[in-house]
Amino acid sequence: MPLQSTPGHASFDVAVIGAGVVGCAVARRFTLAGAKVALVEKGADILSGASKANSAILHTGFDAPASSLELELVRAGREEYLEIYKQLGLSLVRTGALVCAWSEREADKLEDIARQGRENGISELGLMTAAAARATMPTLSNGLVAALEVAGEHIIDPWSAPLAYLTQAVGLGCVFLRGTEVLRGEFDGRWRLETSAGALEAAAVVNAAGLYGDTVDERLGLGPEFRIKPRKGQFVVLDKAAFRHVPRIVLPVPTEITKGVVVCPTAFGNVLIGPTAEEQDDRVRATVEMQTLEALLARGAEIVPALAGIPVTAIYAGLRPATEKKAYRVITRPEKRAITLGGIRSTGLSAALGLARHALRLHEGFGATFAPPAPLPAVSVPNLTETCRRDWQQPGHGEIVCHCELVTRREIEAALASPVPPGDFGGLRRRTRAGMGRCQGFYCNARLAEMTRGRLATPLAVDEGRKP
Amino acid sequence: MTTLADVLVVGGGPAGVAAALELRRRGVEKVILLEREGHLGGATRHCSHSPFGMREFGRVYFGAGYGRRLEHEAQQAGVDVRYGHSVVRLGEDGSVLVTAPDGVETLRARRVITSTGAREQPRSARLISGDRPIGVVTTGTLQSYVAFHGLMPFRRPVVVGSELVSLSAILTCLAHGARPVAMLEQGPHALARAPLTWLPSLAGIPFLRGAEIVDIRGRERVEAVQIRHAGEIGTLECDGVLLTGHFTPEASLFLQSNTGVDAGSAGPAVDQDGRSANPLLFAGGNVLRAVESGGWAFREGRSVGAVVAADLRRDPAAREFVPVTYDDPVKLTVPSLLRPSHLREGAFRHFQLRFRRRAVGRLSLELDGQAIWSRRGRWQPERRVLAPLPPRALLAAHVHFGFQEET
Repeated sequence: MPLQSTPGHASFDVAVIGAGVVGCAVARRFTLAGAKVALVEKGADILSGASKANSAILHTGFDAPASSLELELVRAGREEYLEIYKQLGLSLVRTGALVCAWSEREADKLEDIARQGRENGISELGLMTAAAARATMPTLSNGLVAALEVAGEHIIDPWSAPLAYLTQAVGLGCVFLRGTEVLRGEFDGRWRLETSAGALEAAAVVNAAGLYGDTVDERLGLGPEFRIKPRKGQFVVLDKAAFRHVPRIVLPVPTEITKGVVVCPTAFGNVLIGPTAEEQDDRVRATVEMQTLEALLARGAEIVPALAGIPVTAIYAGLRPATEKKAYRVITRPEKRAITLGGIRSTGLSAALGLARHALRLHEGFGATFAPPAPLPAVSVPNLTETCRRDWQQPGHGEIVCHCELVTRREIEAALASPVPPGDFGGLRRRTRAGMGRCQGFYCNARLAEMTRGRLATPLAVDEGRKP
Repeated sequence: MTTLADVLVVGGGPAGVAAALELRRRGVEKVILLEREGHLGGATRHCSHSPFGMREFGRVYFGAGYGRRLEHEAQQAGVDVRYGHSVVRLGEDGSVLVTAPDGVETLRARRVITSTGAREQPRSARLISGDRPIGVVTTGTLQSYVAFHGLMPFRRPVVVGSELVSLSAILTCLAHGARPVAMLEQGPHALARAPLTWLPSLAGIPFLRGAEIVDIRGRERVEAVQIRHAGEIGTLECDGVLLTGHFTPEASLFLQSNTGVDAGSAGPAVDQDGRSANPLLFAGGNVLRAVESGGWAFREGRSVGAVVAADLRRDPAAREFVPVTYDDPVKLTVPSLLRPSHLREGAFRHFQLRFRRRAVGRLSLELDGQAIWSRRGRWQPERRVLAPLPPRALLAAHVHFGFQEET
């Protein structure tokens, strides 16, 4: 297996458990503060759990519960993203959102949502008549009754962002241990973690294990104080032909039960419809179901009639690590030098950088101090979004390997040789977009099998190693 | 940089090459053929099993050999073939945006012929339920694993579909050491004709009619599928799912342009000359409709090439078109537009139709409300149906295919 070597008895200031978007952001923040960090991930790659499937919205927090930790951290996370995204080569698609009311009853609620938003400190909110809203997005169904514009809601690349956070951390000495499951932990002034790939020591631990947040706390002998109740969300991704019909994020008026189905553009030039919200016990299986997908397609076409008949490019499902309560479950245990970042349901992408700062603040309460590294090397991840220049537009790219997404050989080779290379096929897809397009790898899958020989935990070909 | 060509042909499969050859044969000076791969042949390149070339070249070729013959012909004919050129966008004005190893380029021509072929629909477009592990591929993917890389994506796949290509998929599996666990057809009958449909049973592969996958299971790689068959749910252990057939035109260039695609065929809507609503943009071959043989695509490309050569001698035909309409069990017609024409002969001498499902009844062609042709039959999905395309149809204000179903 080409994965990184076992940790042995390596010793760290902080062990971060879980390389989802939160874990990657935490690893970055602690490394930037000067800590020697190990990021421990049981999967073959980053984003192997909840973080791989979300709606890619950088939220403002306009609809977060008032004066909640979630609101504070979403706002802090968003603010830091806006500060750093350009340096890291990340993108921001300034779409804005429309909360759309499709009945008088829903329209009545918009006022409350706007008030809540203003109390949450979001100023760019505007109640709109249906005509005014449709003037900004003429493809909206004429069943629209009224809308609330939230100008600050934007779209980002949800996979490159955490990759950039970790790439920056690894450049400063953070050790990324993948295929490494924490089995047990003991604290006797220092943490000793037993993992599936050997033991490691750390002065403190941060549990960012997402769907396994409670399990990891249990294995560390810490509670757990909450139970993960996975909530599944299914999504449909429409062909790029849909993009021009959906220039903005279209949000529904939330109900007591669910935030509802969103129709939004993606940074890659597609349109996303989803998610569903389905409670389940299983933390592993995130299945798609034909009837649900058909219902999502139908809902999408009700909201934006021009979407009817546009082909489906991809289908996916993800699990959000919900708990018994709606609130984030952030727990600090100074006596054990342990921090748990649990129950980060659906705002993790927006709040991750905020959560990382928060974790560092909590850690400061443990009394340890670090010396920040200087100078900071420049780090940048490749751009995959349609709004910025892509590699296929530059000479010398070698060849186009994936024609649907215009992924070049140079991009794939660069991903394989990068500081945080893909550990599985999903990771390669998320880093390059190869195979993510309308033919879903009909053309490039075999070529990718050849190019990734010996590089992925689960090879694409079953007879890897045999040449014709 | 802008290059001016007489005709740009997008896609170097049988249809595109045939169009380019015919244009050159008719004296069109500057014909540029844009091919995204390093060779000509398109889908025929990975079809190691099917014989090609009988009608166009008078001899039989297999897969790559046919592509080499096309390359030879194109070179001899003076077609400017540009390999590794992937077209990103089709302009309204006869320009195309291309990416090649040297970077991005805009090419412009007096006419553009799109011949980008067809492909099978992937799992996502079929909305198949379950996990999303590695090992769910289409026949085209399997055959490129085998033909280009000597690799296999699975050893014990479940094969979905019973079109002609499904049988080819089974042969590919058997020839490369894979043993299909079963073959499933959702409908009550195989879509391919006997005696070809005897193949699975000859090879000892259970052929389950009225069966569909309801759940794909597997964390990393496919481990099993649950199927519904004869009203019951069962489990088949396997390490892959081979999705066969369900072809769809690779018409994304049109889909993303203002010209759009036809709702029935999912390919560009074209008139009797292969001309789209935009009179500069033509199309031929399987991009028009899924799916015909390589030989059919070649002949169709040649016919469109002949028309375009004649069309270059006059201003683009900006005349209004009449859409061809049809009753429900008819899924598509090609052409789906008709325009009055100066040309002595159009690219299509027939309407090509497909049925959405099995149906028994009378199909009729009505011009301005009057039936001028009809035929009673037992119509099958995915089979070619031809109806005459008389010259006077081009003058009609209403062109409709009616269907009277017998129950």
